[in-house]
Amino acid sequence: MTLHDQLPALLVAVPLFTAPIAYLLRAHGLPWAAAVAATVTAFIIACSLAATVYGGETIIYEMGGWPAPYGIVLHIDALSALIAMLVTGSSAAALIFGAKSLADEVGEEIAPSFFAAWILCTAGLTGMVITGDAFNIFVFMEISSLSTYILVSAGPDRRALVATYRYIIMGTIGATFYLIGVGFLYMATGSLNTVDIAARVGDVTEVRLLLVAAGFITVGMALKAAVFPLHSWMPNAYTFAPNVVTVFIAAASAKVSLYVLMRIDYAIFYKNIPNHELQLALLLIPMGILALFAGSMLAIYEKNLKRLLAYSSVAQVGYIALGIAMASVSGLTAAIVHMFNHGLIKGGMFMAVACLALRYRTVNIANLAGAGRAMPWTMAAFVIGGLGLIGVPLTPGFISKWYLVLGAMEKGWLGAVLVAAILLSSLLAVIYVWKVVEVAYFKEPRANATPVEGEAPLVMLIPTWIVVLAGLWIAIDSSLPVTMATLGAETLLGAR
Amino acid sequence: MELLGLYNYFVFAVLLMVGLYCILARTNIIKSLIGLSIFQGAVFLLYISMDKIDGGTGPIILEGAPADTIYANPLPQVLILTAIVVGISTTALGLAVAVRIREAYGTIEEDKIQEMDREQ
Amino acid sequence: MMTIVFSLFLLTMLVLVAVAILRTDNLFTAVMLSGIFSLLMAANFFVLDAADVALTEAVIGAGISTVLFLGALALTAEKDRSPPVGSWVPLISASALGAVIIYGVLQAPRLGDPNAVVHNHVAPWYLEKTPELIDVPNVVTAVLASFRGYDTLGEVFVVFIACMGVMALLGRVRPRRDSIKLTEYEERSRNLRHHLIPRIVGKMLVPFIVLFGLYVQFHGDFGPGGGFQAGGLIAAGVILYSLLEGDWRGRELVPEWFSSLLVALGALLYAGVGVACMLKGGHFLNYSVLFEDPIKGQHVGILLVELGVGMTVTGVMITVFHAFARRGVR
Repeated sequence: MTLHDQLPALLVAVPLFTAPIAYLLRAHGLPWAAAVAATVTAFIIACSLAATVYGGETIIYEMGGWPAPYGIVLHIDALSALIAMLVTGSSAAALIFGAKSLADEVGEEIAPSFFAAWILCTAGLTGMVITGDAFNIFVFMEISSLSTYILVSAGPDRRALVATYRYIIMGTIGATFYLIGVGFLYMATGSLNTVDIAARVGDVTEVRLLLVAAGFITVGMALKAAVFPLHSWMPNAYTFAPNVVTVFIAAASAKVSLYVLMRIDYAIFYKNIPNHELQLALLLIPMGILALFAGSMLAIYEKNLKRLLAYSSVAQVGYIALGIAMASVSGLTAAIVHMFNHGLIKGGMFMAVACLALRYRTVNIANLAGAGRAMPWTMAAFVIGGLGLIGVPLTPGFISKWYLVLGAMEKGWLGAVLVAAILLSSLLAVIYVWKVVEVAYFKEPRANATPVEGEAPLVMLIPTWIVVLAGLWIAIDSSLPVTMATLGAETLLGAR
Repeated sequence: MELLGLYNYFVFAVLLMVGLYCILARTNIIKSLIGLSIFQGAVFLLYISMDKIDGGTGPIILEGAPADTIYANPLPQVLILTAIVVGISTTALGLAVAVRIREAYGTIEEDKIQEMDREQ
Repeated sequence: MMTIVFSLFLLTMLVLVAVAILRTDNLFTAVMLSGIFSLLMAANFFVLDAADVALTEAVIGAGISTVLFLGALALTAEKDRSPPVGSWVPLISASALGAVIIYGVLQAPRLGDPNAVVHNHVAPWYLEKTPELIDVPNVVTAVLASFRGYDTLGEVFVVFIACMGVMALLGRVRPRRDSIKLTEYEERSRNLRHHLIPRIVGKMLVPFIVLFGLYVQFHGDFGPGGGFQAGGLIAAGVILYSLLEGDWRGRELVPEWFSSLLVALGALLYAGVGVACMLKGGHFLNYSVLFEDPIKGQHVGILLVELGVGMTVTGVMITVFHAFARRGVR
């Protein structure tokens, strides 16, 4: 087998192999270097895989040489490759960006464990996305969840510990629900491989088992993706985690849970449970709309910049939920494209926040007065990200909203309601972005405030702007994510 | 075996309910973590109940065994071996967080912790 | 007939113990009851013909888990709780959950039904092909280590992460050897040395426990056993010694650097076997390509990965225990 054939396994094997090595390296800075090496390699492999599946083919790799459904196979198509690129890319970018910020907030003593956990988080999220076996998703979900708990708990404030505890409880309940759902699926079909289950689920006579399985998997994944109203663990976890950790998890982890939700719902349940489309719509559309408004309203009243962005993420996940509920090619394309674009936008914004936090030593909005003059490049990056959240043309946010509105317009009167909701929530986004802009550009710093050292260090500013410029490039030429997303949507809906 | 029928699954349902109630309705962190392990333990019962077959024995194929021996299903056992280990890993992490919370806040009752956070 | 009565009894006891845990106010009682819960669960698994799982649940659920809870309890030192909060959200969620499950389960195949779907698809293939392709009597080990070896790799890393987490949270605080004398440290660390009977009997048991653990490790191909059970057992022996003699002596027996090394090496060994298979031209974790004879390859592959699992689980359990124990010495 050539190296190219082995790439799917290497995507997961390289980070897994590097993590114990990172733990054993005790010298200063070496664990970070090992983490960077592992994540950058994973990113390169993910891009190479994406290039292979760009034309619409699917890669199947048998782990252990055993064929499905007896062994576990990796199943990579355009959708998986897109999300894999997002995960590995945001992980590598956050690491390279955050060396100084992390050294600030995370103690030297726990660096080996911390970076080993970081590598394994990347491996876990990637593993969830590329596998074709339902139970394997659970195992890698737990790898990524446990490592995320460690990353979040490393925050300097003691409230990080409480946030981690809440996250552990709700995350484990979500994962256990997923496990129960898979158990019922196995009881009904006798198999664990997603393609095999999809093939066999049509013959199942005990429909109740399938209904209960669908319910548990959906609720479990909604818990882990922080879909309103199951989002309560998320704002505090994002706020009190170290700033660089928030960059990574805001960009990547909710998206992967939503990916699993989409994959299982559409590949297995979509055509096989009567009225599944209606059930999904009944469940996700109200939750999505509530998420849009509740998230935006809560963001407007927030005084802490990180928590404001976290509530904004709750709202943005609402957009993705709406896209998933639409069950049409444009709706699903919108959802997938927004997963990718929102990762870029929020990643960039949290990077800007980390730069601000490094210099201002606080993320309280009121204390950031005058940041527009003191740190012009950082704030400019933040503002461009904010425009993306609103959905102004020339930002990646516009592309996703465009497809979402296209999908909504196919739905008749319900579509009109959705379009109204999307536009209204974009207006709300204007309010909370303006709130930050006003303080940063139009308020004077207090007389007794300590002066800021100046702009963020270049090593942090350059990656932030690379992310922002990548967003701009996608806004102008969005063929990469849109092609892969459309391919993914068509595969999910069975049109291919 | 007919008598047992679906009793295993009803027990699973009750254990899940007890576990979830213990997690949500108790303010003490350690009690909630015990509830979490009951919650996860109930799922083990669901899977292993699926592996039993009438007249079967454990799936170990010994040398001189007669050709028509019926064996229990090995797959749920493999899955639950994994799930047990995942469960204890979560418990260990949860307990470590609980210990740190106790050191930082002086208490492990959630309502008191919330009060202290609100005052901050 | 007796089996049916016994199963009904065990299952009902499970429910009663769970409710008792819910209702008790004393945390120490709750932890002890959870140990009993795990043991009852293990007995249930045994009645359901799942010997491997019963062994694992007994070692890890009833053994290690109870020790960790007691350790955490000692550090948080709260024995009693305020009365429960009577809120309706938990009651409604729990009832809804139960209702949904019972609704679904009414269509489940009854226990032991040979025509159930789960017994007729993948399982017969495993039972038929294992003697032919892997030639290992314990089919569960064959599925765990070879057919679904990728899952088990993931699982070893879950255990590895638990160790990372406990290390990151409870730190690598080194006892200050220079500032306090050894005897004083020994005085301060909790131990049972003044209880004569546990100390003598316990010290006699430790070598047998470790030996049994090693037996389970290497015999996992032929009977119930394997890396997870073995790791838990060996760790249990070391933990017993530490409980009896004090944490300081325990860490002289198995030093910190050694258990950390075990943790990392076990995971590396497992991943390394997978990479070796790739280097030999096969898929990741395809042991058949390791040697000319595919069956020999499978045997060696399974032996090595189970060894990796055993090393990591042993190291993790010992490290986690020591992290909790050391935190209690101030």
